[in-house]
Amino acid sequence: MGNVIKIAIRNLMRYKRRTFLTSLLITVGVVAVILFSGLSGSFKAMMIGQITDSNLAQMQIHKKGYVSSIDSMPLDLNLNQKAYAGVENILKEHPEIEAYAPRIKLGGMLSNFTETTSIRLNAVDPAREVKVCPAIEERIKSKNGGKRSGLIKEGEIIIPEKLAKGMMIKEGDTVVIVAHNREGSVNGLNFSVGGIIEDLLGPQGKEGIIHINDARALLRVEEKEVTEVAIRVTKFSRLDAVFAGLAPKLHEFRNPKGKAVFEIHTWEKLSPFVNIANMIDLMTISMKIIMIAIVLISILNVMMMSVYERVREIGTMAALGTLPGKIMALFVVEGLFLGLISAVVGNLIGLAGIYLLNVYQIRFSFGRMDNLLLSPEVGFADLYWVSGIVVLVSVLASLQPAYKASRMEPVDALGHV
Amino acid sequence: MSLVIAKDLSKTYVSGGVEVKALKGLNFEIEPASFISFVGPSGSGKTTLLNLIGCLDKPTRGQLVVAGRQVNDLSRKEAAAFRGQALGFIFQAFNLFPVLTAFENIEYPLVMIKSENKSNRKERVLKALEAVGMLEQKDKYPDHLSGGQKQRVAVARALVIQPKLVLADEPTANLDQKTALNVIRLMRDMRDEFGTTFIFSTHDPRVMDEAEVTHTLVDGMLISSETASAGGGANG
Repeated sequence: MGNVIKIAIRNLMRYKRRTFLTSLLITVGVVAVILFSGLSGSFKAMMIGQITDSNLAQMQIHKKGYVSSIDSMPLDLNLNQKAYAGVENILKEHPEIEAYAPRIKLGGMLSNFTETTSIRLNAVDPAREVKVCPAIEERIKSKNGGKRSGLIKEGEIIIPEKLAKGMMIKEGDTVVIVAHNREGSVNGLNFSVGGIIEDLLGPQGKEGIIHINDARALLRVEEKEVTEVAIRVTKFSRLDAVFAGLAPKLHEFRNPKGKAVFEIHTWEKLSPFVNIANMIDLMTISMKIIMIAIVLISILNVMMMSVYERVREIGTMAALGTLPGKIMALFVVEGLFLGLISAVVGNLIGLAGIYLLNVYQIRFSFGRMDNLLLSPEVGFADLYWVSGIVVLVSVLASLQPAYKASRMEPVDALGHV
Repeated sequence: MSLVIAKDLSKTYVSGGVEVKALKGLNFEIEPASFISFVGPSGSGKTTLLNLIGCLDKPTRGQLVVAGRQVNDLSRKEAAAFRGQALGFIFQAFNLFPVLTAFENIEYPLVMIKSENKSNRKERVLKALEAVGMLEQKDKYPDHLSGGQKQRVAVARALVIQPKLVLADEPTANLDQKTALNVIRLMRDMRDEFGTTFIFSTHDPRVMDEAEVTHTLVDGMLISSETASAGGGANG
């Protein structure tokens, strides 16, 4: 085999310019895939992190039917105290649940005593909410720019940025929230504006925040009912597995009519960003397909030319007694090495590119989020995958020309002009 | 026993819908360790005959036995294996592999066909290089060798597997007269030293004089066979 490799490499070096140009083309394809995967993967991971860690949480449990009518924030689809206790029991027992937090979602009217407008509110238990959404406090703009002590206190409200700007509400102002409860009776409470929160992608990204006890007082709720339970898992990579484990347990809870009481969703079912994430995945796959096409066409082209130019040599090999399988191996190894060398060089340049992108930090804005930092990275699994595909496609592209070479009649090949 | 036995050997091609009878019922025998030439004008069937003896092509009719083996119906793989074991080839255009040095070109059949071990290979290649007077040039690539030197390397490559028969199709056609005679005499010396049978085709009268037996082909038919007097070529 060593001699087959030696001859194959020398034949590659024999047409230096052609080998260089083909290798360059494949290398550019590999580098493009690595850089694109690194950047898009970083963007996707960062956005998912932003959405799950600062607002949505990784999973949510609701009363069955809530998510399909989430826009109207129906209070009659809250979980009562008993149902919430059942959910808590399941979550407490699960070793991969890092934290969970109850929330009440409600709609109301916000007044600054001059103007009145509608507002969506997320009522939270601050100590537990920050464990489920550890980045939520980073979204809140404090007047003095310093760090807030605790997410929210009773009697406080965090106002969405756009709303605050439109109504000229500032931190420290007093506002009134008026809301009607499940039975239709209306109640109002005064709140002190504790901060302004940045908007995020999706409907839940434009909600104000109040303390869960205030929400219960506003809605005149006696028992500790909740609208949703937000969940954080210990390892995000295990999210689907945890979901798969929780779903059947929750499904066991049935109402007197025998229908399921709960529904559970991962962030993917709750955020419109999933469509962008899917688009990013699609673009990454498209880049890989383009790379495969580049490798396939360029190697096929080079190997076909190589066979055509060396017909007499192939005839000589066959005449001297070289078996067809060895002739085929010579050409396949040639294609394989062309792909392998390009993949190795492409990986090295791609990794250098990723390193440089991290050194010269890329910052960008997305929606209303500014100064987002991309930290592109590429895993060894991705590198192996890209290299494996390049080598595999190189071998596949070499097979047809190599087979053609091995099937040549020596008498015809020797007479080729 | 004869090394090559041809009985009623015929080859017909179909070219552009027209039947071309390249060889018409040849009968001959070639003895081991002989030095044979087939001569004749272009299109007389010399190359076709050498291709048949070399198992590069199959006869349309007749019997052909080479080195004790009936070769009419060998498969592609069997023919390749037989060539690698029993036959050596020398070509008009030398056909050395340009990416290999003289040493490596000679080594090629031992590596790719015979799978000899490294020390044996080296010994045999050096011996072959020495026999053809190319030891000094062993590390040169074909591009840096003259035509005569290339053909010497080709002779060494043909002989290194110690074949029973070496076939040389117009081995001197690309060489000047002096070099051509040197190459032919080298081939004869190799026959003397190793006892290998050489069959070559030529239409160069000065080269054909070197053969011990000269078969003349015209229009695919063997019209004469001349045996040279002792100590000289076919024409004395």
